[in-house]
Amino acid sequence: MSKLSLAVDLAGFRLRNPTMNAAGVLGMSPPLLKRVYDAGAGAVVTKSIGPVPRTGHPNPTLMQVSSGALNAMGLPNPGVDYFVDEIVKLKEMEVPTVASFFGGSVQEFAEVAYKLTRAGADALELNASCPNVAEELGMLAADAGNVERVTAAVKAETNLPVFVKLSPNVTNIKSVAKAAEWGGADAITAVNTLLGIAIDVNFRRPLLTNTTGGLSGPAMKPVALRCVWEVSQAVEIPVIGCGGVTTWEDAVEYLLAGASAVEIGTAVMTRGIGVYGEIVDGLERYMAENGFSRVEEVVGLAHQAGRYTESSLDKCNIRV
Amino acid sequence: MPTKLEDTRKVVLTNVISECEGFTSLWFVDQWTVKAQPGQYIMAWIPGLDEVPMSLSAIDEGGQSSITVRAVGEATEALSGLEPGDRIGVRGPFGNGYSMEGRRPIIVAGGSGAASLMPLVREMLSKGAMPTFVLGARNSTQLMFLEKLEKLLGDNLVISTDDGSRGYSGYASGYAAKLMESNGYDHVYTCGPELMMARVFLDAESMGLPVQASLERYIKCSVGLCGACAVGPYRVCVDGPIFDSGMLQEVRGEFGVSKMDLSGKSVRVDH
Repeated sequence: MSKLSLAVDLAGFRLRNPTMNAAGVLGMSPPLLKRVYDAGAGAVVTKSIGPVPRTGHPNPTLMQVSSGALNAMGLPNPGVDYFVDEIVKLKEMEVPTVASFFGGSVQEFAEVAYKLTRAGADALELNASCPNVAEELGMLAADAGNVERVTAAVKAETNLPVFVKLSPNVTNIKSVAKAAEWGGADAITAVNTLLGIAIDVNFRRPLLTNTTGGLSGPAMKPVALRCVWEVSQAVEIPVIGCGGVTTWEDAVEYLLAGASAVEIGTAVMTRGIGVYGEIVDGLERYMAENGFSRVEEVVGLAHQAGRYTESSLDKCNIRV
Repeated sequence: MPTKLEDTRKVVLTNVISECEGFTSLWFVDQWTVKAQPGQYIMAWIPGLDEVPMSLSAIDEGGQSSITVRAVGEATEALSGLEPGDRIGVRGPFGNGYSMEGRRPIIVAGGSGAASLMPLVREMLSKGAMPTFVLGARNSTQLMFLEKLEKLLGDNLVISTDDGSRGYSGYASGYAAKLMESNGYDHVYTCGPELMMARVFLDAESMGLPVQASLERYIKCSVGLCGACAVGPYRVCVDGPIFDSGMLQEVRGEFGVSKMDLSGKSVRVDH
């Protein structure tokens, strides 16, 4: 058997293992992202960066809810012209860096992508799906045509791998994923948070200042996993799973559903930054115990699960 | 269903006390706050306006807890204007809290920093340690918890005012440095303006004294996720707010120098 390796290749972006932090989690400053990398993540993803500084929504911006969190940070970020120096610092620290970004128009998306590329990011994640700025910016991922146009415009400005991060808050995620692929996306990140509301019974009002927020964590994992399942069937490019990954078993579920890598966010709230290393270790044990030597061998396996017949006990993993 | 500490609870203000010029204590009863460690904070929610991190200035005094606010912005002004019977939301306590170290501690408080140090003093006294407490303020009218501290500490309370209107004339950090030189202290606790704490840290370092300092940053999520309150590799909301000497050494380039604004831009620490 060849030596076990956790390394994965996402459209030319090579990671030592298939884990990253989810955008918006711990991504404001280089030293904290370095800590995520040192804790075991294969690469890090920055906070979503836009064309100009934003302070985000007033507090409360995050609430813990049953098995998850509901947040409406409102895309706070210092603006791309400031953040290019932070990318440089991350690269000086030799941290593989995915720059998450957004814009308010096709032109803005392209401009921000261009600047982040020049700053030295290793890959870009196009945030087409923040649910918390709908009134100001609109949610790009709601419209397949827009996703294709923006992706194509971004691809024209960069030679880096571009991951397009989609929203679960759409009727047909497969068509949006397909549109991103047509636009030239190198991978799909599925998915952003699920739109929700939490209400305080005493004050009789929504808890979040923004009223609605994005649900993350174990509460939304089955939805996100279904999105990965559908997207991986719809496109040829790799899929990065995101949504409620808390344990190594969750990560394996995503791989089996068709993800080539996973992003981990809300688990940091319940299990700390050490969760990255714990999940990587668990994944490695799983692969060793099941005779896998490369991550790609696991990707999408659940799609091949066949129907029971007496001659297919092995394919059903009944007899190993 | 019983509430968890991370859930927002409604609390009714039992008492609102003006401590000294600009400082107001809000008292309330809350099942989770009474279990807090000295140095921990809660998120105080003024529905419709804002939610702000506030150090606990009293923990389980006859079943009640308090926060002490200085009216410096919209949220703290709103809190300062509340009356007994009014209701706010709280969640927490969050963060790490002070750890009790040393047999002869010195505590250096500046301005509103005395708030988080009050519960620490009570804990020290209950465990038989008598701290020296340097209470610093701009002038004699802003000495927070003066009477309470006098009653608890007697001669072990020393006072400094920037304008010399009472006690030592000058910064609390300057007075603390003089005391640390000659009195055999073995641990330093400090909370207050960051420039003061940075000075205290430098002086204590040069004398080989371990420090615990309470840091303040914009806290948004309070659960260690968003990274808005990062100082170096640490999150003030969960890895702090109390930083020990090892952590302070690691963040030397930022402590007393720079902090992130609400957008994540690094700006100068100016007080």
